[in-house]
Amino acid sequence: MTQPSSVLSRAGRSPALLGLLGLVAFGGLLEVLPRIGVLPSEYFPPSSRILVALWHELGRAGTPAIPAFGTALGDTLTTWLTGLAIAVAGGAVVGVVIGSVPLLRELTASSIEFLRPIPSVALIPGLVVLYTDVVSTLVIVVYASFWQMLIQVLYGVGDVDPVARDTARSYRLGVLHRIRYLLWPTALPYALTGIRLSAAVALILTITGELIIGSPGLGENINLAYTALDAPTMYALIVVTGLIGVVANTLTRAAERRILRWHPSVRGEIPV
Amino acid sequence: MNVLRRILFIVALPATAFVILWFFSADIRDELLPRQKRFFLPSLPKILEVFPDTWLLQRHTPAGDLPSRLTHDVVPSLIRLGEGYGLALLIGVALGVAIGSSRPLRALLEPVLEFLRAIPPVALVPVLFLLAGIGDTTKILVIISGCIWPILLNTVEGVRGVDPTLADTCRSYRVGGLLRLRTFILRSASPQIVTGARQALSIGIILMVISELKASSEGLGHTIQEFTEGFQYPQMWAGVLLLGLIGIVLSLLFRLVERRVLVWYHGQRVAERASS
Repeated sequence: MTQPSSVLSRAGRSPALLGLLGLVAFGGLLEVLPRIGVLPSEYFPPSSRILVALWHELGRAGTPAIPAFGTALGDTLTTWLTGLAIAVAGGAVVGVVIGSVPLLRELTASSIEFLRPIPSVALIPGLVVLYTDVVSTLVIVVYASFWQMLIQVLYGVGDVDPVARDTARSYRLGVLHRIRYLLWPTALPYALTGIRLSAAVALILTITGELIIGSPGLGENINLAYTALDAPTMYALIVVTGLIGVVANTLTRAAERRILRWHPSVRGEIPV
Repeated sequence: MNVLRRILFIVALPATAFVILWFFSADIRDELLPRQKRFFLPSLPKILEVFPDTWLLQRHTPAGDLPSRLTHDVVPSLIRLGEGYGLALLIGVALGVAIGSSRPLRALLEPVLEFLRAIPPVALVPVLFLLAGIGDTTKILVIISGCIWPILLNTVEGVRGVDPTLADTCRSYRVGGLLRLRTFILRSASPQIVTGARQALSIGIILMVISELKASSEGLGHTIQEFTEGFQYPQMWAGVLLLGLIGIVLSLLFRLVERRVLVWYHGQRVAERASS
């Protein structure tokens, strides 16, 4: 439709290449700006120094004060995935039960609307006096991501096509068959979206908990690097958390497309 | 009768929970927690008893009267939230429209934006303190740095997904410039923009609190932390309660605005459902 007037728009035909170009340019910009003094280099080290710091960080042995990178990464992934698993399982079960009983749905609607917007960090001061650091972090992770999952599952269960439901009733499908052929295909896309959103929220809350509460993990190491005024290491760890997020998002999206390849919303994407 | 029924359904569960907690929260706590930890979790009547004195009323101290924490701490926090959130909305939508309308630009920037979005905003708090020093500007920057990504990326999605027929119609009728932006682009993208804005709001509240935890002398987050460090647990829990209430009120306000902005969209959805 638009005239290919510039180099950019001609290159636009291979978006992957352009995206890579964008990332390289972004890295280059962060290399140049501190070096020419636009950004203060003691607080904003050039990207090459961040990469060097990352390399050192990967090879550093752990000390009692600062755990090794691998240990911290493992702690973060453990907290994240444990919290996510609890939230997803809980959200799915509660969502299906509440969603399929209209009376329960009506009774709980106001409570869900009331509890959901409570910011999870509001719980931190209370949790840290009651529980250990790791448990407190886990609780805020579960609390925040549970709602994402629950709401999606509720939408999904509520979205069952009335005609299909009546058909199922006419054919006298039993409970199990109705779950398999009616509820499952309708709610699955919603549930997968819920898992993707929950995963992103859970990761953010894991790092938040580690940073603020001080439970072991990458967040704690970021805080330690900040306290030691070791800016390159701090940025290196922040980059790692960003990469984990990107990988998680890419993986969940790919899984979504694979699991839902029969679904119209995915099938419609292919012919372009 | 129907209205009565609906009201009953809305209040039934919260009211029951409140009554149970009012009378039995101490017993439930004693059942669940070991003796040495009971001190940390006051009963609900106790928390509510200190609530007005702690947060709403003027404070009388030997050194003289202090303004209530509502005006001294809560309102400044909310103003910072409003400023940060408003700026994020403005910048996010403007950049989103620019990036979303150009295909090559979108391809160029999408991976970078996805990466920046994936960085937990809290991890940037130390960075911003290093960069901008201690003060209101940093706190607002913290809020912007977290709120902007969902708004920006959702606006890009929304602008990308505009109806091609409508785009051609605009071109045929030579609708351009600001009129096109206002009546076509922003309107078409508004459902997505609103979704992004809703996600950004909950992130904003979290960051409002977090930005005050370090190097701060006032604010809601700072005060709650002060209570924790001073072992004033009823006051601290009253603060947690207040924070929860703020979250709820803001999300209700958001829903009101959303209903106004998207009235055409919800109407369209209802009509589509009825016809299919």
